[in-house]
Amino acid sequence: MQSRRSFIKVCILSASIAAMGAPSGALAADTIKVGVLHSLSGTMAISETALKNTALMTIEEINASGGVLGKKLEPVVVDPASDWPLFAEKARQLIAQDKVAAVFGCWTSVSRKSVNPVFKELNGLLFYPVQYEGEELEKNVFYTGAAPNQQAIPAVEYLMSEEGGGAKRFVLLGTDYVYPRTTNKILRAFLKNKGVAEADILETYTPFGHSDYQTIIADIKKFASAGKKTAVISTINGDSNVPFYKELGNAGLKATDVPVVAFSVGEEELRGVDTKPLLGHLASWNYFMSLKNSQNETFIGKYKAWAKKNGVPNADTVVTNDPMEATYVGLHIWKQAVEKAGSTDTDKVIAALSGQTFKSPSGFTLTMDKTNHHLHKPVFIGEVRADGQFDVVWKTKAPIRAQPWSPFIPGNEGKQGL
Amino acid sequence: MNRKSRSFLRAARRIRLAAAACLACLGLSAQAAPTPGALTGLAGDFSSRVAAIEALGIDGGDDASRVLDALEAGKLGVWKDQVYILGDQGIFDAASGEKTQVDPVTVETITVNNRIRRALSSARAAIALTSGNPAERLAAANTLNESPSSALLPLFGRALATESDEAVRAMLVLAAARIKLTDADPAVRRQAAQDLGAASDAAVRNLLAGLLAKTGEGAAAWVEPDVGVREAAAASLRAIDRRIALAETTGAVFTGLSLGSILLLAALGLAITYGVMGVINMAHGELLMIGAYATFVVQNVFRQYFPEWLDAYIIAAIPVAFLAAALTGVAMERLVLRHLYGRPLESLLATWGLSLVLIQAARVTFGPQNLELANPGWMSGGISLAAGVVLPFNRIVIVFFAALVLLLIWLTMQKTRLGMFVRAVTQNRAMAGCVGVPTARVDTLAFAIGAGVAGLGGAALSQIANVGPAMGQGYIVDAFMVVVLGGVGQLAGAVWAALGLGIVSKFLEGLAGAVIAKILVLIFIIIFIQKRPQGIFALKGRFADD
Repeated sequence: MQSRRSFIKVCILSASIAAMGAPSGALAADTIKVGVLHSLSGTMAISETALKNTALMTIEEINASGGVLGKKLEPVVVDPASDWPLFAEKARQLIAQDKVAAVFGCWTSVSRKSVNPVFKELNGLLFYPVQYEGEELEKNVFYTGAAPNQQAIPAVEYLMSEEGGGAKRFVLLGTDYVYPRTTNKILRAFLKNKGVAEADILETYTPFGHSDYQTIIADIKKFASAGKKTAVISTINGDSNVPFYKELGNAGLKATDVPVVAFSVGEEELRGVDTKPLLGHLASWNYFMSLKNSQNETFIGKYKAWAKKNGVPNADTVVTNDPMEATYVGLHIWKQAVEKAGSTDTDKVIAALSGQTFKSPSGFTLTMDKTNHHLHKPVFIGEVRADGQFDVVWKTKAPIRAQPWSPFIPGNEGKQGL
Repeated sequence: MNRKSRSFLRAARRIRLAAAACLACLGLSAQAAPTPGALTGLAGDFSSRVAAIEALGIDGGDDASRVLDALEAGKLGVWKDQVYILGDQGIFDAASGEKTQVDPVTVETITVNNRIRRALSSARAAIALTSGNPAERLAAANTLNESPSSALLPLFGRALATESDEAVRAMLVLAAARIKLTDADPAVRRQAAQDLGAASDAAVRNLLAGLLAKTGEGAAAWVEPDVGVREAAAASLRAIDRRIALAETTGAVFTGLSLGSILLLAALGLAITYGVMGVINMAHGELLMIGAYATFVVQNVFRQYFPEWLDAYIIAAIPVAFLAAALTGVAMERLVLRHLYGRPLESLLATWGLSLVLIQAARVTFGPQNLELANPGWMSGGISLAAGVVLPFNRIVIVFFAALVLLLIWLTMQKTRLGMFVRAVTQNRAMAGCVGVPTARVDTLAFAIGAGVAGLGGAALSQIANVGPAMGQGYIVDAFMVVVLGGVGQLAGAVWAALGLGIVSKFLEGLAGAVIAKILVLIFIIIFIQKRPQGIFALKGRFADD
């Protein structure tokens, strides 16, 4: 009895201390709030949790080097739970209630589409870190991931080149939603432009979470036996990739026969896969963990240390990937822009963001375009190694300017700036 | 004959090597393998590099093998048009194998990509054609047959002259025939078209079909001008088409069977819990997940403590998965469901809540990532039928595993005392209680068996699907679909429903694509349930009125 009473006392005491501590937090306007809007539960938790971690790690890093405008950054983390309408609600809460200066978040295109009107209405600022299908340009959004011409088009060009195997026939395989459909529309137009006949393109989709790829692999094999070199362009998203690659390995379809290039498979996704049968299959990104340069070494080292310190599950095997790098770059260029503008006012920061540069872990200095809110990014094509990392087999000489409105879709001419 | 010819081959090789050595001694190094031309090719641009690798394969010999080994390991470098091997002990000249004083920093490593790897594998196969082991020669001939290039034709001729193994010979004849199909002499072409009739490869089929095409009107418009060749090609084409059709049908039936067996494993446990106790267990999917996670834990224990037995981990995982899921089932039944019998809506909500708790527990303990489960060596790969149709071993094993589990459940239900009690409780709970069946304990045990079978399903699923915290969510709908379609309380119904759904959805997928197939299957089930709400098999007798 005695011990329970003393326990209650301790509770009350600590609560009152916390209450006393609270005003000092509220009083201090010496922090700048930053929103982190990533799903920490539901289907997208697999991918987005790592982005939340990266954002927190970067905020810690910025704070350790003195913060922004002499103020510390204060992260506000919310969980939209892979629920698209909830993204909009949480975004509204972050801007209107928490008064954050900027939001770093979203992964799927559908979540971005759901928050766009909120950012427009409340004049907020969103940094979107994932490669996407383009066909969009919002004043309040900065896209630090790749547009199609910074990922998909170079990958297909590589497959058609002699080094890539000189592919003449293409399977466009994707999950059935806006990103794969739009990307494949662009790729189809691009391939046609390159002289690939309609009969040499096989476009096929599977529902979200599809796990039985036997029929599709059999179709690919049949399609590939027509005598021309065939390649598969995969926009399969989420964890369907694991059964797809497993089936590919078991069916004996090797990368040397029919290479598969994927746009949504990176180091993080390959953690759940036995990579032995995947040797040589390709991915196209703007960053790989295996890149050798000093910025990347620092970035990986910092993230690993952060993961260990914060008790991330399986902290000793954490990996970094392209959207994580994009999150990291996004936070840094935002910091630079705020410092240039001397304020966190959205319009001033948007103006200051144009032309910002940052030496990124990709080894290149990335520039925020002056008009189109996209980064100029280098493109790397990597082949899967046995340890789940990628060997870079091709890269661009310099960063490429994004074309959010693909020139391969009719009606996009002259739609390049805001 | 066999031994004689091989020893002759060996002798011939020895003579060639000796000759090469002599020539090298005389300073005529141009004749030594590998040819310097091939090596300088490696230092050139991409296409000359690929050609050089091919040439190295045709040259053969230990020196060529050494260079190819180094290339594959990423240890071949170029500096000033010279090729070097980057060894652990220093930089060696690729042609002579002598150590050099080149600065390692300046040597540029040759990147190995898919195109290079493909050239490498055919070069190695070309070298392996002279191997002493028939299995190795067969594998080599197989590889070369996939993409024969005309440069290999003399090599095929040489190999055929000495080859004694029938299977290897047949493969080599096929590979050579594919090249000879473009020969200038119609007689050679006719023979080649005839030989290709033994193939069962869709690529060969398209090759032959190409010969029979016409580019325009009139007799001169045939792609293949010679009538005899065309006739031979048409005959071969018919033979190949028959074989391909057979293989494809087998493949399609098998994929349906495989999907059916997976549905069955996912639904069997539910057929017991739902059928026997009328509990709508929304946490059934999570019991699958627990089985899969148990498999993962067993795999890691084996990796850690018995790496030499790693391939057997799945066998050890089966009882562990069963027990883990069964114990969870017992806990669920004792703590929650027991208090909710006869209140289906409440038990539905409670089990749904439990499923969320279990998902989050897995996420907290193991992290939100999908887990990596490697197929054991004996479950990787598959049986190759004609036309590239492959029946993967892991799916074959799962089909048999599903049959085994079904047999065990049937035996338990029909031949044991517990099974009799369970059936008695299913049919008439009150009467069973009256004659002394401990219905409460039977409930617990039946639920434990149902949960344990779900665990077995999880262990099987871990070999083909994703293992992650939310994996069960993907199967719960399918499992209910099978149980409801088959008829509640019926094992036989579940079997027919699972196999039927598997084969129908795979058939529809082939016709209409995966997205439409899923929709069509759901529409079919809605209509079926409307017409026949009791499912394929209905319980008969007085108790059915309940």
